[in-house]
Amino acid sequence: MKLLLDSTRCQGYGLCQEHAPELVELDEWGYAQVIDLAVPAGAEDTARACADSCPNSALRVER
Amino acid sequence: MTAIRRPAALRPGPVLGAAPDVTESADAYRAAGGYAGATGPDDLLAHLAASGLRGRGGAGFPAAVKLRAVRDAGPAAVVVANGEEGEPGSVKDRWLLRARPHLVLDGLAQAAAITGAARGYVYLSDPVAADRVRRALAEHPPALPVEVVAAPHTYVAGEETAVVRRIDGGPALPAAKPPRPFERGVGGAPTLVANVETLARIALTAARPGQRTRIARSTLVTLAAAGPGAAPPALLEVPYGVTLSDLAAEIGVPGPGGALMGGLFGGLVGAPALGLALDPDALAAAGTALGCGAVRFLPAGACPVAVAADAVAHLAAESARQCGVCVSGTAAVGGALAALTAGTARPGVLDDLERWSGGLRGRGACGLLDAAAGLAGSLLRAFPGPVRSHLAAPCPACAGRSAAQCAERLTVAVPEVTEPAGLPADDGRPRPPPYAAPHPRPGPSCTPRHPSPRTAPAEPSDPLSSALLHPHHQRGTP
Repeated sequence: MKLLLDSTRCQGYGLCQEHAPELVELDEWGYAQVIDLAVPAGAEDTARACADSCPNSALRVER
Repeated sequence: MTAIRRPAALRPGPVLGAAPDVTESADAYRAAGGYAGATGPDDLLAHLAASGLRGRGGAGFPAAVKLRAVRDAGPAAVVVANGEEGEPGSVKDRWLLRARPHLVLDGLAQAAAITGAARGYVYLSDPVAADRVRRALAEHPPALPVEVVAAPHTYVAGEETAVVRRIDGGPALPAAKPPRPFERGVGGAPTLVANVETLARIALTAARPGQRTRIARSTLVTLAAAGPGAAPPALLEVPYGVTLSDLAAEIGVPGPGGALMGGLFGGLVGAPALGLALDPDALAAAGTALGCGAVRFLPAGACPVAVAADAVAHLAAESARQCGVCVSGTAAVGGALAALTAGTARPGVLDDLERWSGGLRGRGACGLLDAAAGLAGSLLRAFPGPVRSHLAAPCPACAGRSAAQCAERLTVAVPEVTEPAGLPADDGRPRPPPYAAPHPRPGPSCTPRHPSPRTAPAEPSDPLSSALLHPHHQRGTP
């Protein structure tokens, strides 16, 4: 599974990082950075919740 | 005034041609072997693969690989001649459309034959080039429908996804990738977005069997020098392998202290790098890039910090303001470099620049933020001494610097290309109006020119990938 970020949609809400600090970090301005495009085994549900948490649909998962 | 130069020591280049300051007529182009169609599409693709022709928009991607990808992506492909040259230091694409529109249109037809495309576009912002292309289309109507699409002249308008959005009726702004245009482009069809010089070299590859390697291994370059009173800029066609020092001497800059490479995309190099060969692989191995072939030399006394500050200020002003990290990141890098030129930088500014030079890469939807990060990193690597000395006080070159004129300092004028003698100046036919920018556009400046993302129309959710977001240049361009 991949966790994909559209940087044109990220508004820096930061909810993704609250849901999945092991998958997403925030830069010094609060914009999201996916730590590793490939979601580690066992973290699939966290990745889905992380993507769902974005109010602006900037994140999505892809098989 | 930008000169077109043909150095006596070099063989005349096949793209620059015999009369680079006059628009070539269809008759002259046919008389020189153009529009002959002697090489079939499969053979031509094989020849392009064998010669190793690289794209000339900036990314240097192998032309044959891209053509094959579009051909194999599905039926009813679209081909686009991308002549929108957003790099302020480059003029070669606008010169090419003004002077040799038939060479580009012949290449577009060859690319259409290879990819199976049913229609084509010429995408540009230069009104003079648009006029010459429309006249060329009337002189020699192409086999497939070809439409001229006008774009605004901005840094990002020539990025391949911006090209697709504009042709589809949207703003000329980059989109998140994937999908890339070869997968889903204009109207959803597989789309080849090819730089106009690439297409010119494809047409020449078809027409001149004995010169294929030379066609693939020579390139148009726009050379200029930084600083007031510097040598005038020049457009040349040179073989790969000529050294950067030779090119500096060609425009009268003896012993430069470095250069700004690849438009704004290759970053800065110091004096030791000027022995490098102008060759995409050699430059990439040295950590810089040929990009669109624009090189701005730093004469003795020119300040690399000021050049980097100008370049990043221009990028910050040209940000499409779609990606928050690009708005914040270009402003941060630009602010740090401006503080260095003013002698007001904080002690931690070098650590900030170092962190941004790595951490901002690959994070925007297009390559603009990567260019800003690359400028910061290359300045620190190539000129550590001058950077440190600016922490104490600005240098003499920086002292009188006006930050408001960064775009003027980076911009090279397109060479004049006159009409052929045999054609009337204007045939009186009505022409579509030039592109009208949706927002008031001041002259070149260092203030943002794109609307805030919150007032821009929202895009439907595209498939996205931060890891696959990637410099265009195809921009860079591709």
